[in-house]
Amino acid sequence: MSLVFAGVVSHAPGITGRAQRAEPAARDRFYAALDRLRLEMEETRPDALIVVGAEHFANFFMNNMPSLCIGMSDHYEGPIEDEQWLAIKRRRIPGNAALSRVLIERVMQSCDVAYAEEWKFDHGIMVPLHFLTPRYDLPVIPVNINCQGPPLIPLHRAWAFGKALRDACDAIPERIALVGTGGISHWPATPDSGKINVEWDQQFLQRFLANDRTALLGYTDAQTHREAGQGGFEIRTFLSVAAATEGQTGQLYCYEPIPIFAVGCTVARMTVA
Amino acid sequence: MSAWRLTSIASPRSARLKAPVMSLYQVQKLIYELNRSPEHRQRFVADRAAVLATYELTAEELQAIEQPDIGLMYVMGVNGQLLMHYAALRGFEWDAYIKAMRDGLAQHGAVRTGLYVAAGSLS
Ligand SMILES: [Fe+2]
Repeated sequence: MSLVFAGVVSHAPGITGRAQRAEPAARDRFYAALDRLRLEMEETRPDALIVVGAEHFANFFMNNMPSLCIGMSDHYEGPIEDEQWLAIKRRRIPGNAALSRVLIERVMQSCDVAYAEEWKFDHGIMVPLHFLTPRYDLPVIPVNINCQGPPLIPLHRAWAFGKALRDACDAIPERIALVGTGGISHWPATPDSGKINVEWDQQFLQRFLANDRTALLGYTDAQTHREAGQGGFEIRTFLSVAAATEGQTGQLYCYEPIPIFAVGCTVARMTVA
Repeated sequence: MSAWRLTSIASPRSARLKAPVMSLYQVQKLIYELNRSPEHRQRFVADRAAVLATYELTAEELQAIEQPDIGLMYVMGVNGQLLMHYAALRGFEWDAYIKAMRDGLAQHGAVRTGLYVAAGSLS
C-alpha cells in the first residue's frame, strides 16, 4: 500500500530558463498548478520521490545506452547544464541508496533494469524538482526511460516497467511519491521548437487521464514522430505512471501550450488506490 | 550449430547500405563529453585542435565544429539535445541558435540522418 502519490509534469528547460519570455498569465497558471501538485504531494507525507524522467544525454549515451535505469546513490548533482541557461543553481540533491537498492531488487523480479550510483540530473529532472521539492529536503530516486536515442523500448515494456515499479513500492513500508515527466507533443531543440500539436495532446491526455491502457498502448513511434515530434517519444514516462496506477483515473490541473517553453505545459495527478 | 551470420532484422536493406554514421557518433560523443565535464570544456576552450584530434572526425565535421556552423551540424543529424548546449557554449543565444538551424536547412539542404530527417520542413 505504499505508493501514496502519483502525478505527471512537463520538464522543458524553457520553463525555468526562458520564464520571463512567456505570456505571464499562462505561465503563472502553470506555475500555480505545479505548486498545487507540490502541496498535495506534501500532504501525502512521502519518504521519497521517484522521478521517472527521460533524460537528454547527460548520463546515458549511445556508447552504452540502458533502456531503463534507476539511481542508487545517497546524493545526486544537478543541473548538468549551464546554471544561467537553465536558471537553476547547481546543487546536491538527496537520495537514498538503501531504499533504491530494495526497489531495484524488486523491480528486477519482472523487469531488467540498469542501476547507476552516479547521476548528474539535467533539466528533465531538475525542472520538476525546482517546483515540487524547492527545499530539496525529500530524497529523490531518479529513474530513466531512454526516449532520446533509438532503438527505444516498446510502449508495452514502459507499461510493464510501471507495473513493476508499483509492485516494488507496494512491497516496502516507506511512503513513495511517483512523478513522471516528459513531452507530450513537442519538437524541442529543432527549428520547429515552439510548435505544439494541441489536438494530439488533448486526445493523449484524455486517454491518459482515463487510464485507457488499450488506447495508450495503441500509439506507434512512427505515428507519434509524425504527429507529435521526436519529443513525443517521452510519452513513455506518462505510460509508466498510468501503469503504476492502473485501474485508476486522473485529474488535469493544467494544460497550457506555451511556445517559448516549447511544450504544452502539463500538470496532472493520478488517483492511487 | 549454425555459423555466425551477419544479419539485421531491424533495418531495411536500403538503410543498411547508407554511408556509415560512426563519424556522427563521434561528433555527438564530443558534445556529450563537453557537457559532462567542466575540465573537458576548459581544455576545449584553451586548445580546441588538441581536443578535436582525439575524435575520429571527417574534414566537414571538423570544420563545422571549429567554425562553428551550427546549421550544418544540425543538417548532419546531431541531436538537438546535444547541439543546443554546444551552441550555447559557443555563445549562441536561444533565438540565434534556432535561426542557425533554419539557415542551415536553407544553405545545406535537408537533415541527412537521425531523428530530424522528417522535421524542419514546417518552419
Ligand atoms: Fe525531454
